Amino acid sequence: MNEPKPLAELRNVDKIFRRGSEDISVLRELDLDVRAGEFLALMGPSGSGKSTLLNLIGGLDQPTRGTVTISGENIATLPARRLADWRSRHIGFVFQLYNLLPTLTAEANVELPLLLTQLSKAERRRHVAVALEIVGLAHRHRHHPRQLSGGEQQRVGIARAIVTDPTFLLCDEPTGDLDRKAGDEILALLCALNRQGKTIIMVTHDPHASHAATRTIYLNKGQIADRPPE
Amino acid sequence: MKFLPLIWHSLTRKKLRASLTFLSIVVAFILFGFLCAINEALVGGVAVAGADRLIVRDKVSIINMMPVTYKEKMERIPGVQLATHQTWFGGIYQDPKNFFMQNPVEPEVFLKMFPEFALPKDQLKVWLATRDGAVVGRKTAERFGWKIGDKIPLMSPIWPKTDNTQVWTFTLVGIYDGAEKRTDTTALFFRYDYFDEARIWGKGTVGWYSIRVKDPARAAEVVRAVDAEFENSANETKTEPERAFVQAWASQIGDITLIVSTILAAVFFTLLLVTGNAMAQAVRERTGELGVLKAVGFTNGRVLTMVLSEACLMTVVAGTLGLGLGWMIISRGDPTGGLLPMFALPFHHLLTGFAIAVALGVASGILPALHAMTLGVAEALRRI
Repeated sequence: MNEPKPLAELRNVDKIFRRGSEDISVLRELDLDVRAGEFLALMGPSGSGKSTLLNLIGGLDQPTRGTVTISGENIATLPARRLADWRSRHIGFVFQLYNLLPTLTAEANVELPLLLTQLSKAERRRHVAVALEIVGLAHRHRHHPRQLSGGEQQRVGIARAIVTDPTFLLCDEPTGDLDRKAGDEILALLCALNRQGKTIIMVTHDPHASHAATRTIYLNKGQIADRPPE
Repeated sequence: MKFLPLIWHSLTRKKLRASLTFLSIVVAFILFGFLCAINEALVGGVAVAGADRLIVRDKVSIINMMPVTYKEKMERIPGVQLATHQTWFGGIYQDPKNFFMQNPVEPEVFLKMFPEFALPKDQLKVWLATRDGAVVGRKTAERFGWKIGDKIPLMSPIWPKTDNTQVWTFTLVGIYDGAEKRTDTTALFFRYDYFDEARIWGKGTVGWYSIRVKDPARAAEVVRAVDAEFENSANETKTEPERAFVQAWASQIGDITLIVSTILAAVFFTLLLVTGNAMAQAVRERTGELGVLKAVGFTNGRVLTMVLSEACLMTVVAGTLGLGLGWMIISRGDPTGGLLPMFALPFHHLLTGFAIAVALGVASGILPALHAMTLGVAEALRRI
């Protein structure tokens, strides 16, 4: 029986950054498939290309060579405007430092991606309330980020990422700035979202965090390695 | 509209900086209002001067008096419809600071010549029956609390009376209004026949003439004809359109419009630097946040629009407030006690001010907005 087509297919992906006159190759001839409903952990040492890979899958950056096909659409060649539109529909980002707008309340932060939709104000409010309910912060919707703990801020970040019901949840070190207890709560939340069908790709340094994932791949010097680098 | 709260929160992120920038814009626009009002007061008469009226004065100097008999000769010149005269009285009411113009005139002809002074017919009738009667504009009547029937004593340092006193007492018989909002309603007018009879010197003379031409298109011919009529007489004349006369009068101070424009240009250029710097700093500090917005799907164009809107919101709100405050202060009237009778801020200056506020927002926001637009998402997120 044929396996279903992967949700994300990366083929022969190279990413080269130019620093002055020097070219730095961060990803080299990388191939990767991610299937729908997976919880994939990307691990590897600093500079191995984990975050760059995440950025390419999320359409934040484009490869120097190769194709990045998501749901059948090669996003590697999309113009900036269409790529931004694509991101708003398909990707939810969770950042290590939460990246909440400090002047906005939790609900206003979560509402941000919905401002790009045609939803009415009441509908946006409803979606925001559901997202905050999912992350367990409905009671703190009017609080500003400075009034929330690190774990709570990350929950708001996750609510912002899932509020548009995106195809992917891309998490860049989501527990990297949290203590173990808060980190475990975030991982539990991500696992719950994955169990509900959300496809998650998570960059992490933390082996403990990678245990929450259904699959772990290792990156070393811009290429996928069979096992963790020594 | 749904982005407005986001723009507002970005704008007020650093409250102290936003407040100081806001205040500097408010103050600049109050200054704009004041300078426009001063400009209007000094040269605004040019705009309201009659297009069909000429002024005839002594060729050597306006302080030289001319014979009253010129009037009949002028009326005989082809193209002249009407002629009348005025004379500078220069009276003082209680204190020299209480300045307002007072001129002796021929009531009926004067009101025909200057229809912008609207005097009720019954009051004109009383004026014609009262030799020491005077009429005054609404603004001055309100300024001093005068009402019809009041006796108005004016001390004239120029025109002593035949009884060797300098105090002229007039009976207020009328209060005129301006036919237009911009009409100067500060002057007091009284009867020339009473004045001429009661003064010690200069009898039979007047200060200057006003002529109405039948056809404004042929005013130049009339100007030449009037001056030719009195050529080689004891009082040769200089005739010019009323507008040119008012312009020349204002120009004695200097090119007021140029002075005002130069000051305003300096003020707004400085403001552009202040606002532009504040916006650039605000965008630099928010690089990471702009990266987040782009990551969730905000396009480069939307980010550009948001930063530009932020700058425009600041300048337009502050500018409008400044214009409003300026208008309120200016509406309280001439701050010089009579030297600037037409001190006001017309609506078109408010519109100009509003347009400047929008332009200032665009100009100060465009570079930071372009910077925000061209930021790479991944690069911006690295700068958290």
